[in-house]
Amino acid sequence: MKEFAYLRPTRIHDALTAAAGRDDVRYLAGGTNLVDLMKDEVYRPAVLVDVRHLPLDGVRDAPDGGLVIGATTTNSDVAAHPHVRLRYPALSQAILAGASGQLRNMATVAGNLLQRTRCGYFADPSQPCNKRAPGSGCPAIAGEHHNHAILDWSEHCAATHASDMAVALAAFDAVVHYETLDGPGIVTLADLYLPPGTTPDRETTLPAGALITAVALPGAAASRRSRYRKVRERASYAFATVSAAASLDVRDGRVHDVRIALGGVAARPWRARHAEAVLAQQAATTEHFRAAARAELEAARPLRGNAYKVALAENLITAVLDDLAASHDGSAAPYDTQEGSR
Amino acid sequence: MSDRTRSAITLHANGDARALTVDNRRTLLDALRDDLGLTGAKKGCDHGQCGACTVLVNGRRVVSCLTLAAAADGSEVTTVEGLAGADRLSPLQEAFVRLDGLQCGFCTPGQLCSATAVLAEHAAGWPSAATRPDRPYAPGRPTPALDAAEIRERMSGNLCRCGAYPQIVRAVLEAARDTAAEHAHTPETGAADLEESHA
Repeated sequence: MKEFAYLRPTRIHDALTAAAGRDDVRYLAGGTNLVDLMKDEVYRPAVLVDVRHLPLDGVRDAPDGGLVIGATTTNSDVAAHPHVRLRYPALSQAILAGASGQLRNMATVAGNLLQRTRCGYFADPSQPCNKRAPGSGCPAIAGEHHNHAILDWSEHCAATHASDMAVALAAFDAVVHYETLDGPGIVTLADLYLPPGTTPDRETTLPAGALITAVALPGAAASRRSRYRKVRERASYAFATVSAAASLDVRDGRVHDVRIALGGVAARPWRARHAEAVLAQQAATTEHFRAAARAELEAARPLRGNAYKVALAENLITAVLDDLAASHDGSAAPYDTQEGSR
Repeated sequence: MSDRTRSAITLHANGDARALTVDNRRTLLDALRDDLGLTGAKKGCDHGQCGACTVLVNGRRVVSCLTLAAAADGSEVTTVEGLAGADRLSPLQEAFVRLDGLQCGFCTPGQLCSATAVLAEHAAGWPSAATRPDRPYAPGRPTPALDAAEIRERMSGNLCRCGAYPQIVRAVLEAARDTAAEHAHTPETGAADLEESHA
């Protein structure tokens, strides 16, 4: 690991100033991804700016019935927060489906959003990688790619975004707030990530030196009936092969409001807007759920070794919507407290 | 080596304030083991994947191999050396001994620190991925007791190459039952503050 200076500012302005105009400065939060990549010399920063002593920690209620989650709130604290569990259960479930208890205690909301892909070629500086070393090539396209993207990848990069949390945030129309020396800004989660295109090294639309300060979740009654489901290669502590976050509001047997996002299929959390449009006002049946999933996945272009993800994503969307529709039957409203204890 | 690349820090390790100057590259794990002589925490993978280096920082379990010592300045750090009482092991440690929750023992300090935190997290009402998804969250309802599936999920960040998992789960389960007897009917975190409580 290369030597670096360590700064611990307590004011946002000081953090921004330390990073301004430099590409060898990195913000340090939980460090679970950053320190690991520094050990592998994928990152060689000259300065680390520890942002965990900035006043960016905690979850608070927003006037619109939503929540504002501070950037340095740990994944554990978000997942356990009563208002998150009540109003956005898929967000709590998504976080708990990722990493381990130790890592969730360290990892922060902003760090989770800005984590790097787990493509093995990216993490290995002895290999070419257009994301790490632009122009050097992408060995994954012809090589090991069984867990790579099926949607919106390019010949330059087929890596996926590794976050579970961001998939739920995408389904809930989250908005990312950030600060720069020129003032604050916002970007929707849908617009935060760039497709790989010809510049897979450029992953977000954040201005240089920007510091994420919070993630805001809009108030939405439908989010209470939401679920996250993840398929992975072992029962726990593994990245997704495919995951799905969804919320569903059925009225008189028809889809009144549906939100669907997929993980493990693209360089960003994949909001399935096409499937949502197909389902609008349709009868809430398994057949319609599957047809909507198929419509979304018409755009899929699997690689030689990951075609299984297309069928998996179709089945997963169908199953999650089926589960949510079934929860409309009987008495199990999402905030019903009358059912028996476990 | 310039001063910019080193930090003067204090770690409150198992109750003792220890001042030291570290290279900013030093992990908490290396500082504990090599600077403070606390060799209980083990270096397994050194990439946050095995859990052998698990310690408690300000009461929360973390992997010390991905924690920079400089960033831990001022923290309370509890290692396996600090889990026991003055004259006896913790109930969890006793359960590991009694139920044979180890073979080679290399992962055990991390298992013990992690399990100590699991019991505290559960007592605070934290859910896990094993907490039944078909059971809607209801503020104020008592936290379900830990069972084997919950313990396997909550302990999944600690690998054991000897495969002592069945005994580890049994030991944590037994310690959890003892703890549950003390914390019976503890409501979930923050439930009392919820304006939306329907209980």
